[in-house]
Amino acid sequence: MTAVQSHSDTQDVGSTASGGGAVETHPVRRRRRRRLTGATFTPWLFLFPAALIFLVFKFIPMAEGIRLSLFEVRPFLGDIFVGFKNYATILQDEKFLTASWHTLVLAGGQTLGAMLIGFFLALLLEGHAKSLWFVRSAVFLPVVAATAVIGEIWRLFFYPAPEGFLNEVISWVGLGPWEYIHNTDTSLVSVMFVGIWKHAPYDMVLILAGLAGIDRQQYEAAAIDGASTPQRIWNVTLPALRPVITILLTLAAIRGLRVFTEVYVLTGGGPAGSTDVWMTRVYTTAFEQSEAGLASAGSVLLFLVTLVLTVSVQWYRRRKEAR
Amino acid sequence: MSVNSSRFDSALGWSTRKDAWLSKGIRVLLSALAVILFCGPLLVIFSGAFDHNPDPTQLSVFPDNPSLINFQVAAENKIWHYLMNSLIIAGGALLLQLAVSVFAAYALARKKFRGQAIALLVILATMMLPEEVIAIPLSLVIGDLPLVHVSLKGTLLGVILPLGAWGFSIFVMTEFMKEIPAELEEAAKVDGAGELRLFAQIILPLCKPALGVIAVFGFNMIWEQYLLPLIVAADPSDYTLTVALLALRSDDMVGTGIVLAGALLALVPSLVVYLSLQKSFLRGITTGAIKG
Repeated sequence: MTAVQSHSDTQDVGSTASGGGAVETHPVRRRRRRRLTGATFTPWLFLFPAALIFLVFKFIPMAEGIRLSLFEVRPFLGDIFVGFKNYATILQDEKFLTASWHTLVLAGGQTLGAMLIGFFLALLLEGHAKSLWFVRSAVFLPVVAATAVIGEIWRLFFYPAPEGFLNEVISWVGLGPWEYIHNTDTSLVSVMFVGIWKHAPYDMVLILAGLAGIDRQQYEAAAIDGASTPQRIWNVTLPALRPVITILLTLAAIRGLRVFTEVYVLTGGGPAGSTDVWMTRVYTTAFEQSEAGLASAGSVLLFLVTLVLTVSVQWYRRRKEAR
Repeated sequence: MSVNSSRFDSALGWSTRKDAWLSKGIRVLLSALAVILFCGPLLVIFSGAFDHNPDPTQLSVFPDNPSLINFQVAAENKIWHYLMNSLIIAGGALLLQLAVSVFAAYALARKKFRGQAIALLVILATMMLPEEVIAIPLSLVIGDLPLVHVSLKGTLLGVILPLGAWGFSIFVMTEFMKEIPAELEEAAKVDGAGELRLFAQIILPLCKPALGVIAVFGFNMIWEQYLLPLIVAADPSDYTLTVALLALRSDDMVGTGIVLAGALLALVPSLVVYLSLQKSFLRGITTGAIKG
């Protein structure tokens, strides 16, 4: 889901920490285990289903993708090795360059927007009251709804005529009518808006968890020192939320870079390519233009960018913790 | 003093006193606004699905002309078939995912063996690998499985199997299983319990809370799948409900109401799962992310 895809991200950044420590077996015990071949065999038996699925549906496709990216793929005619030509083609392709720009704008805007709204929601809805719990549950619903469903309803809201749902609503405050996803000037912002709407409640939950961890006495101390509410938020709350915000930023940035479903459902990359992002471009290249080699090169490039982003964030956090 | 300290139950210092009507009023108003903003659009799906022939300009929170006609027309467009596809995939993939995660986690959390660090690293690597990146070669692999040379193209199994193992579930489960005290296991071993009995009767029953977490996340992850069912499908009758929505909408003969009926059917399972396992869901989000 992207929502849940995104949930999968929840662990992405975190889990390396748990990776290291598990191996140090006590020397005596290890010797004993080596003799019992059954004992070394059983763990692998339990790991086998996961390993098989990952191998067939993750690692082989990844290797295949890297291989294809170096070929001109011609079904039934045989592939031709072309080296890094596909990469060069993509990096010079006007449409891919525009798409990468759109992707960055969309990822950045959605990340910041969702976090800002999520932060305000969290401030508004923090507390133990049952009624607040109810409101939080209700506000969270966009996160669990499938992106395809959300895309359909927002498409209808974005109906470009003055009688359209959203145009009707904004006309109450004297705005509009706008054409939203049907106009090249507003389409990207409209897609961004839907993304913020879907992801802000997710950020809210994490920020709420961060807020819950703040020592209440700090607030009291700040109040005794005569700090106003904005000062308290700025000087006590925000610094305490820094770890949560770092996590959210990375997760959302990675999610943003690989955005596909939202764009595909809302606009399909149009109008006139104004919302085309990296993955919709890759998809079009692969399945509409049947250029599997080019598309694979595009995928590998996306992978490298996310990898660099993930690793550098990890490295940055490790370094900070080490200090 | 007690009145004063409750002022700091929240970062903004929302007052909980009975006479603070202004603060309360503002909060109620803003909360109502938030609920309308975030739930309203989903409510419109409900009303639109039950509204006879709403054109896109006539959306509302209550149906003007309640009827089931949209579902009848949607049925002619094979909506139940698509829903069935989605449900079979969700059920099959979720069961597989749960079983695979529990098995893998048991080995990673309760055993010590050579290559454990590598196993963990490999699983981590799968999580750093965005699904979108391998979509294109994956469609080729599904069309011709390595070694056995079977094509899963156009089958539900082609969607289920790739979703059968998920790094996130394995990690959540592993973290949880690590917390189970070793004494329990040793006691069972003394009683002569074999490996499988130990696993099924001692460890598994203790993992229920974590199973809830990975079940709700797994369901959501599977239901959200879009690109995978799209590339596995050989023709439109293989689509899942979420993918079929786009095809429905593109059909000029099909009105808004019918698309909304489909959207509603795709929305309801997520709502049911979320509302029934809500605590697991929220716990999973926070533990999942904060652990890092």
